[in-house]
Amino acid sequence: MRYAMAVDTRKCVGCSDCVVACQTENNVPIGFCRDWVVEVTDGTYPNLEAEIRSERCNHCDNSPCVRCCPTGASHYAEGGVVLVTPEKCIGCGACIASCPYDARYPHPDGYVDKCTFCLENRVKKGLNPACVSVCPTKCMYFGDLDDPNSPVSKILKNRKYKTLIPEAGTNPQLYFLI
Amino acid sequence: MSTRRSFIKISALGLGGVAAAGGLTRMAMGSSVMDTILKKVPGKEKPLHRTPTYCEVCFWQCAGWVYKDSEGNIRKIVGNDDDQHCNGRFCPRGTGGIGQYYDEDRLKTPLIRTTIDGKQTYREASWDEALDLIAGKMKDIATKHGPESMALFSHGSGGAHFGQLLKAFGSASIAAPSFAQCRGPREVGFLTTFGDIIYSPERIDIRDTRCLVLIGSHLGENMHNGQVQEMSDAIDRGATIITVDPRFSTAAGKSKYWLPIKPATDMALLLSWIHVLIENEWYDKEYVALHTIGFEQLKEHVKPFTPEWAFGITTIDPNVIVETAREMRNASPAVIVNPGRHVTWYGDDTQRLRAVAILTALLGSWGRRGGYYQPEKFHLPSFPVPAFPVPGRQPSQAYDGMYTLANEVVANGICDATIPTGLDQGKYKGWIVNGTNLLAALPNQAKTREAIEALDLLVVVDTMPIELTGYADVVLPECTYLERYDMIRNSNHRQPNLALRMPAVEPKYNSKPADWIAKELAEKLGLSAWFPWKDIEEMLDWQLKKAGTSLEEMKRIGVKNFPRETDDLYFTEGEAVAFNTSSGKIELYSSDMEAAGFSPLPVYTAHEEPPEGFYRLIYGRAPMHTFSRTANNPNLTDLMDENVLWVNPKVAKLWGLEPGQSVKLKNQDDVVSTFSIKVRVTERIRWDSVYMVHGFGHNNPKLTRAYGHGINDTELITRVHIDPAMGGTGMRGNFVTFIIDNNKAGKEAEA
Amino acid sequence: MREEIIVSGRMNHLIDPQLHIWNWQIPLYLFLGGLAAGILFFAALYSILHKEKEFPTAVKLAPFITPVLLALGLLALFIDLHHKLYFWRLYTTLRLQSPMSWGAWTLMIVTPLSLIWCALNIKILFPKWDWKYKWLYQLEAFFRKHQMPLAWMMLISSLILGVYTGILLSAFNARPLWNTSILGPLFLTSGLSTGAAAIVLMSKNAAERLTFARIDLMLIGIELFLIIHMFMGFLASTQVHIDAASLFLGGAYTVPFWLFVVTLGLAIPALLELLEIRKFHMPYFIAPVMVIIGGLIFRFIIVYAGQASRWLY
Ligand SMILES: Nc1nc2c(c(=O)[nH]1)N[C@H]1C(S)=C(S)[C@@H](COP(=O)(O)OP(=O)(O)OC[C@H]3O[C@@H](n4cnc5c(=O)[nH]c(N)nc54)[C@H](O)[C@@H]3O)O[C@H]1N2
Ligand SMILES: Nc1nc2c(c(=O)[nH]1)N[C@H]1C(S)=C(S)[C@@H](COP(=O)(O)OP(=O)(O)OC[C@H]3O[C@@H](n4cnc5c(=O)[nH]c(N)nc54)[C@H](O)[C@@H]3O)O[C@H]1N2
Ligand code: SF4
Ligand code: SF4
Ligand code: SF4
Ligand code: SF4
Ligand code: SF4
Ligand SMILES: [Mo]
Repeated sequence: MRYAMAVDTRKCVGCSDCVVACQTENNVPIGFCRDWVVEVTDGTYPNLEAEIRSERCNHCDNSPCVRCCPTGASHYAEGGVVLVTPEKCIGCGACIASCPYDARYPHPDGYVDKCTFCLENRVKKGLNPACVSVCPTKCMYFGDLDDPNSPVSKILKNRKYKTLIPEAGTNPQLYFLI
Repeated sequence: MSTRRSFIKISALGLGGVAAAGGLTRMAMGSSVMDTILKKVPGKEKPLHRTPTYCEVCFWQCAGWVYKDSEGNIRKIVGNDDDQHCNGRFCPRGTGGIGQYYDEDRLKTPLIRTTIDGKQTYREASWDEALDLIAGKMKDIATKHGPESMALFSHGSGGAHFGQLLKAFGSASIAAPSFAQCRGPREVGFLTTFGDIIYSPERIDIRDTRCLVLIGSHLGENMHNGQVQEMSDAIDRGATIITVDPRFSTAAGKSKYWLPIKPATDMALLLSWIHVLIENEWYDKEYVALHTIGFEQLKEHVKPFTPEWAFGITTIDPNVIVETAREMRNASPAVIVNPGRHVTWYGDDTQRLRAVAILTALLGSWGRRGGYYQPEKFHLPSFPVPAFPVPGRQPSQAYDGMYTLANEVVANGICDATIPTGLDQGKYKGWIVNGTNLLAALPNQAKTREAIEALDLLVVVDTMPIELTGYADVVLPECTYLERYDMIRNSNHRQPNLALRMPAVEPKYNSKPADWIAKELAEKLGLSAWFPWKDIEEMLDWQLKKAGTSLEEMKRIGVKNFPRETDDLYFTEGEAVAFNTSSGKIELYSSDMEAAGFSPLPVYTAHEEPPEGFYRLIYGRAPMHTFSRTANNPNLTDLMDENVLWVNPKVAKLWGLEPGQSVKLKNQDDVVSTFSIKVRVTERIRWDSVYMVHGFGHNNPKLTRAYGHGINDTELITRVHIDPAMGGTGMRGNFVTFIIDNNKAGKEAEA
Repeated sequence: MREEIIVSGRMNHLIDPQLHIWNWQIPLYLFLGGLAAGILFFAALYSILHKEKEFPTAVKLAPFITPVLLALGLLALFIDLHHKLYFWRLYTTLRLQSPMSWGAWTLMIVTPLSLIWCALNIKILFPKWDWKYKWLYQLEAFFRKHQMPLAWMMLISSLILGVYTGILLSAFNARPLWNTSILGPLFLTSGLSTGAAAIVLMSKNAAERLTFARIDLMLIGIELFLIIHMFMGFLASTQVHIDAASLFLGGAYTVPFWLFVVTLGLAIPALLELLEIRKFHMPYFIAPVMVIIGGLIFRFIIVYAGQASRWLY
């Protein structure tokens, strides 16, 4: 099993609903976020192009954050999801410095927090992650890459996509449809 | 909005410190706002309990579920899968609506204006005392000036309760900014053409469209949920999107064609499109022959409006005008020339929307799949009450002889009629203002203030301490929509439907729901006959039982969809339709307009252009905020806590403006903004305009997160172009220039 | 023009608008670790070479400050931790892929070694020292007997410690400025250089001072070479590495780096040491103090600038 997510940059409108939904669903304190939305504009008026991406932890297959964690708090869980065990985390910040995507942040309670793909609280109960299920443009797809019928497998089969900083060698599992 | 990457190039050490401070204040805030609910470890919790509601963060009114934990904390709000407004998905504002409840700056208890040591101030009061005072003053006004000199301004659900009160009292002056500041010209433009209005949610069939034309309608930023969802589906289906906007909006970024029109010239483009459709015989001939009148006059009328002519006015390439017209033809009738919603722009807006309506008719898309569908609404009986007294004066008589085509009350008309003139002592003496921030919603604040000063009584019912509460004689704190019942939502849609809002939790502080306030006040005014129910539950249950359901059932399901009574979601092909116009046909040539003394065919009028060194002030929405009502919401300010000023790089260079620099703005009438705004240098806007999101720049210091954040566009909108047909306030004919005084502007904003 | 903004207003504390998860604690920790490693290295080296007589400060006296340096370093690290109560988790597992982990374990080895070393030489400081208990005397005798293996252990572990201070950073692929294999040798060299400087400072023996000035001069030379090498490597690499280097070549860190680290912390002390060797006498403490301060600033700048360098996407 390999959980992954795809975000359609052509449909995303940058509304940030995914961010609020994640905050309320996962008790992310106000002033912090596990996901965020980037808008890129290229060109000169009036020849412009825009891309909007809802970003979060890439749940990398080869994740430097897991590698550099001195305690094993950062680990691979079911389906390749990268998680942090708060009770093992010393808050050294090594994983934060190691993530090329700045996907982690120190939770005010001291441990390091990040996107969990909503594994425990939703995915294991058969629900989509909170951000995926709230998105008004339905531009996010989630599922198991090993299952050819999962929404994410299907969409990746039919659309062009990219990942972020593939040259960093992390093998990200968050795909952007372009 | 924040730019992370460009920061790197500036002094890194210095900025680290600044950011650290910001983070700490946010942390402190986080703990004070939602202390109790944030400490939970996710995943290891007891199941949450849910109750139905419909959202009040904007007027789309999506139905959803409020989830709370066993300690009674509201945890999240999620859309109801059965709801046609939202299809189970709320927009960011609805999801963040939780912050409306947790906002610690909320109004907490009734306040009465008093004078202590010669200084005016507010004192806390009991509900009884506050309502007694209001009732007393209302009776005074009725005796001295007649009950019709009380007016109600309301936007949102409370309007129904206070409306009942006002009608019982003897006044029909019930106004909302959603007409003459918003969709009025559209409704009148379509009413005069098709004999029917667009409604809310709009009856546009984006779901099935093949071509969507957005004229200044910025879906994606304008986050009206169902429309955004359907636009996304349209993108998936490969529908053509054409966006006409002086700004590279989010929608423009999704469009096959972006027409970066010179602002205020849309009419020329529309007329030219009509010209192209007719000249090339690209219009739907059968449809036009069967359903419309006035085609020949129209054809004659648009002869001169060639694409070349329009190019000179709009700056849009004539080839693009023809090409986009062809796209529409190819998709016809599954094409939507979107009528937009906030359309009070330049004072000739009814005419512009008439042009949109005419295009719609030529493309044959009214009443056709992928164009405009025929909405239907449930016939929900009202709880029986005695007939209302006949008011001594209709609101239209207050703005006598003007705005004859207005089919709703004109808010600015009432405001104007309140101001005493040489001959007249002012037609209104008391206002109840519920759920509308008139000082931000009505342009020309000076006039609004003048009217307020002439009042004997100003009651403000709100959830937040806004600009207007500072002028009130009595401030009444309403509880939020999460803490109350309201009327059943009964909206026009593809299928008739009803939705229930019920309290998820008890009202916080000493706040009360509007229905309770109105009923109590009615009792004190001796008008109980019009509020004969024991409480709102009884009234709702009565209504719902008549609808074949019950309050008990609705509490469980939240939303109930009913089968349509007619199966005419679209017209039957080739069959004649009776339109509710004077001629019974679609009026390309409008006899109603003509009878009212306006041009029966839309004409282009040139609008004033910015003087040297000035830029047109245009404004719009951010997807994560609703006007000023969310400007202090802790969850939503977390995403965006101020508006920024979009400036083209060429203009920035000319003025030496740096990204992130704070400036103040001065308009053509020398009005200077109270606060300053940060510059966003972006290619996404023309060089003759600047853009900001409406709803920021609050000046009530009680709003701890909103106070002084950004600029309030309304204070710079002092020149208003009134639409003579329906009283709409055209607000985009204002021009601003920059005041660059770095130190001063920055300090004042902080002070 | 390319415009890239975060529309959802991301402001994660210590991450945005720019990473600054590590403050003064980490550079101080790295500096103290490097300094201690340098001192212990020379103590072990000259002990193995049987040169205690020639270099009494290096072998016997200077190591006395290393337990203090290490303890202060660990304290700094501890202060930096955000989830302090779980500190012990560091020592429930050894994770070889994590420099932070094996660094913690290295410290676990180096610190007792340095303590033992001090214990063996305690009588230099306190001639009347008495171990009081017999078993302590036995222990002392045991270590004295195995002083050679002890010195070897210290030599190796101090080298590991010195390299670790650099590898801790260079393991972070995510921060292009750190992500160079030169950082390990560079920090080691810098640590040795500050160690040598500390010995010069503490030594009362002119010959010993001169030797260590020579050593330091050589180390500075290596350091300068490595720095130039590092920049050449960056400039010949990808855009993000070029961007990282440009932080020092015109960017925000240009002045502090070239003025404080290279000029005042390396070039001028090197010149002074050269003069010293050529017998132009001047106050001997100036050069080593500059080297030590330069080394400290160097750690600060690399830690801060590294956090400012990132991948672009
Ligand atoms: N300059 C400028 N003016 C505009 C516009 C613009 O874009 N620019 N837009 C126009 C348009 S399209 C519209 S529709 C109008 C909108 O105008 P308004 O409806 O006045 O908009 P808001 O600023 O949201 O004000 C709503 C008020 O309701 C309060 N409120 C929120 N929830 C509740 C509640 O549950 N109960 C009560 N009692 N009060 C509540 C809020 O605190 C706020 O003070 O503005 C128009 N005016
Ligand atoms: N997130 C969010 N969504 C909302 C609301 C909200 O407050 N927040 N409010 C809701 C309400 S009540 C309304 S009425 C709607 C309003 O939503 P719309 O009807 O979409 O809004 P407008 O304000 O008419 O349009 C703003 C756009 O018009 C462009 N524009 C400015 N001048 C011109 C011009 O001369 N010509 C053309 N073609 N374009 C121009 C601006 O650049 C901007 O992109 O939004 C609704 N949706
Ligand atoms: S909720 Fe969906 S549309 Fe909105 S920003 Fe997130 S991914 Fe984009
Ligand atoms: S995105 Fe960052 S935090 Fe997530 S797995 Fe990859 S390296 Fe780790
Ligand atoms: S902060 Fe926590 S999760 Fe991250 S590396 Fe340190 S111990 Fe591991
Ligand atoms: S998957 Fe879950 S945790 Fe991750 S961003 Fe989405 S809602 Fe947040
Ligand atoms: S569109 Fe958003 S804010 Fe408006 S009612 Fe729906 S969920 Fe609420
Ligand atoms: Mo509106």
